[in-house]
This record gives sequence, structure tokens and C-alpha cells, in this order.
Amino acid sequence: MSVTTDLKKEPQGGEPAAPVVLELRDLRVFYGAIEALKGVNLTVRRGEVVALLGANGAGKTTTLRTASGMIAPREGQVLLHGERIDGIKSHDLVRFGIGHVPEGRGVFPRMTVRENLQMGAYRFKSVDKADMDRVFTLFPRLGERKSQLGGTLSGGEQQMLAIGRALMGKPEVLLLDEPSMGLAPLIVQQIFEIVKEINEQGTTVLLVEQNAAQALRMADRGYVLETGAVAMEGEASELLSDPRVRAAYLGEGA
Amino acid sequence: MSLSEFWDFLVLGVVLGSLYAVIAIGYTLVYGVLQLLNFAHSEVFMFGGYGGLLALTALIPESTPSGMGSVAYVLIGMLAGAALGGAVAFGLERVAYRPLRRHHAPRLVFLITAIGASFFLYNLAGKLFGRNPLPMPSMYENKKVLSVFGAELTITQVLILVSAVAMMVGLDYVVNRTKMGSGIRAVAQDPEVASLMGVDIDKVVSRTFVLGGLLGGAAGFLFGTNSQVWYTMGFLPGITAFAAAVLGGIGNVRGAMLGGLVLGVVETMTVGLWGDDWRYVGAFVVLVLVLMVRPTGILGERVGRTA
Repeated sequence: MSVTTDLKKEPQGGEPAAPVVLELRDLRVFYGAIEALKGVNLTVRRGEVVALLGANGAGKTTTLRTASGMIAPREGQVLLHGERIDGIKSHDLVRFGIGHVPEGRGVFPRMTVRENLQMGAYRFKSVDKADMDRVFTLFPRLGERKSQLGGTLSGGEQQMLAIGRALMGKPEVLLLDEPSMGLAPLIVQQIFEIVKEINEQGTTVLLVEQNAAQALRMADRGYVLETGAVAMEGEASELLSDPRVRAAYLGEGA
Repeated sequence: MSLSEFWDFLVLGVVLGSLYAVIAIGYTLVYGVLQLLNFAHSEVFMFGGYGGLLALTALIPESTPSGMGSVAYVLIGMLAGAALGGAVAFGLERVAYRPLRRHHAPRLVFLITAIGASFFLYNLAGKLFGRNPLPMPSMYENKKVLSVFGAELTITQVLILVSAVAMMVGLDYVVNRTKMGSGIRAVAQDPEVASLMGVDIDKVVSRTFVLGGLLGGAAGFLFGTNSQVWYTMGFLPGITAFAAAVLGGIGNVRGAMLGGLVLGVVETMTVGLWGDDWRYVGAFVVLVLVLMVRPTGILGERVGRTA
């Protein structure tokens, strides 16, 4: 099932589509001899939430890591506003406005909440107080735990901290890798609501999720990866009602 | 051991331990960011001794300076030691370790490289500066200046203690309160995520080596001032300081300081009680006993909080 389906459509409603912010073009990535991405194409337009779905090992995380410079593709291009950014190291790439919340959150365990957030603003000369306040407004629980060590937070709080920390770098595009992983449904819902809010405040979001239903309900568009290639793509609402998606990712009988 | 002897040895131990502590910081910082046991750090220390010695030999007049002159020469010696130590540490990272990191070499290769670098560096020093111990040119008349609980301290001992404490306070500030320090701590805790925050790992590693090298070099100068400077002078203090870093919980800066003080005091107390033949026995017995009870070292559970 590696053929792109007929779900692909241009944005509806006659209004001109927002400009493309991030584009992945024919990405091929290898781990040794194993081909993890076999020519992935993906676009993210300004202001969108794009969901990247798929089973374990489909290449979702690899796609995200390639987009943020942690992995160099063997072939293909990563473009930000039409400019190639593949080959730029991740520590330089943050300056281009890509914020990556990694799989497993990657909170610095022996730094306080405040220090973790300050690390998010490492690329700037000084920490913007307004950004810090914004994070504490979005996540009041972090505000209550400013001086607590990252490693002592609950899983949900760590996820909030990881997202908040990425926001401290003022990203234009936020890459989120499985924010729902290992969290209770209520917490997941909370986090998704906040991601939606962040998006409405002007940040473009590329969201990797196994939790397909929840991700598609929030997303504008979606891509389904299967064994390193895009198997389906389209409007989130259409993917959500597509019988194949429902069978494979929403746990319904076909 | 009488009470007055007890105070004598305790004070001596604190002086010696403060030097171990400063050297141990170099081991623990590098271990924190790279999980590398940098056994060549003892040679960074040794070169610090030569740095001070060479600068002072070139500058100091025939007669022993006094007053502000003494202060100036002490500062020159310490800065020269720190500078050469920092330079050797910087070069060591560039030449010996960075290529290995580029090629993702296994940990064992790093370890054997460290030992090889250590052999190379002390033999290089022996070749360059001769193999006989050289006395540090005298910068002041080394009188007894201070009495603590009846223990008399010489200028050199006070100098060691004061500079070591100043270096530890300064280092602790840099690691915990500056942006450079937060980069070091972030790389120690999660290098991949640190790079996502915009931290250039190569830069941080290089700065960490230089930071440890500055302290180690200054410690080498102080050690040389107290005794002499020779090409294998780094070996025993280096091993002891490494043990101190492990004792305190390797990777933890405050642990290294604590471990250094403990081993310094245990060492001199052992000498006081059983004589100089037992000098290193006591310290290493304590190391083994502590690690049996707390394998992660005294402050081991807080590893990285301050590193």
C-alpha cells in the first residue's frame, strides 16, 4: 500500500492557500543498510496543524528528526520557506525557527523547571521574560513547580515542560513527537487543547502521533506513513472517515 | 597523636585536600560531558607546574622579591600555570579525543587513548625540560604567617588554601549560574536534546576541557611551589584526585570538591598515625569502603545537578 490515494486534494473553498513553510522532498534516509525513509514528500503550510500518523517503525520519528537536522538524509531535500536546510546541524537550525519536542520529552532531569525553560532560550542572548510568562500561562502547573527538578515531574508535566521549553525558542514551526505517549487520556486531551491554542496563537505544528483519532480531530491535514513511505494523505476530516484509516489506525474492523 | 599534632595534620590535610579538589574538578567535568576518564589530566596538572616555573624563571630576579613584588610574581606564576594547563587540555581534546568522537569510537578506545596521551605528554615534558625535579624560583620568603588551633601555616600553605577555595567558588558559579555552565550541564544530561536547544556540543566539550585545564594547571603551579616540579609529578596527585572525583560521585562538581578534601585529610591523618609508608593506604581504603556502601559516591545520586 505505497501508492498515494485519491484523497489528496488542494485546499478547498477558493481562498488562496497559505504559503508553504516546511517541505520535505523525496527524503531517503538510511540507518546503515536499512532504508528507513523511501522517498517521503510532505508539506506544511503556515498556520496549519499537520498530523503524521503510522504504526511503530513506519518512519515518523525519523521524518521529524531529519526535518530538524538531527539526521542527514542520503537523498532528497528539506526546505524551509523554499530554502534548503538539510545538512545544517540541529544546533544551528534552531535559529531558523524550528522547535523540536523530541520523543520521550527529553527534559533535563537535574535542572529545575525554570532552568529547563531557560535552556529553551539558549539561542538568544537573554531569556525573554514575556515568553516565560506565556509558558506559565499556558501551563499553570509549570508555574507552580518552577524550582522543582525536571526529573521529579510527572509524565504529563514533563511533556508540558518539553513543549514550553520549545516555545522559549520562539519557533515558527513546532515539531511534536508523540506528545501523548504514556499519558492518561485526560492529560492527553489537556495537552492537545494547549497545542491547539499554541497553533491559534500563530505557531505552525507538525505532529507525530500514534493516537490517530485524537491527532486527526485537531489537525487540518494528515499523512499516513507506512514502512518509510507516505501511504495516504489528505484533509484530516477525510482521513478520519476513510475506512482504511479507521481499520488500520482507529482500531475498527474493516 | 597528641591534640596539637591532630590539628597540625588536619590543617595540612585540608591544604592538600583543597589541591586534590581542584584537580578532581577537571576529571569530573570531562566525565560529565563525555563519560570519558581523562587520565591525561594528571599531565595537564604537570604542565601547569612547568608553566609557572618557566615564566618565573624567566622573570624573577636573583634576590627573593617581597611585598607587592611577591604578590605580582605569585599571580604571574599562577596565570602562566593555568594558561599552559588550559592550552594542553585544549590541544588534548582537539588532537586526541575529537577525532575519536567523529568516528564514534567505542569507550575503550577513548580510555586507551587517554593513557597513551598521558605517556606521551609526560615523556614529552621529560624530553623538553629534563628529568630532574626543579625547584620553583622563590617568590617570597616562606614564613609561618598564620596559626590555626596551634597549627602553624606557611605563606605557601595559605596561598594554596586561599587560591583553591577561590577557584572552587568561581567554578561553582560558572557551572551553576552562567550560560556557559548551563550549556555544560545540558550536554552532561542529554547531549542530543541540548543540541536541539542550540547548544554546539563541540564548543561545550572544548570549553569544558579548557575550564578543567585552567584549574588543573593552576593547581600544578601551587603544588610545584609547595614542593618541586618534575615530569612525573602528575601521577600520584592525578590518581588521588581521580579517586576523589569517584569518591564524591563522578560527574558531580561539588562531589569532587568534597572527595578531594576527604582524601587529603585522610592521607595526612594516616601519615600522622602510622607514618609516611602508609600515606596512600588510608585514602584508598576509605575509597573502597565508601564505594562498597555507596557505589555512586558520596553525592552520586545528585550527579549532574551541578555538572
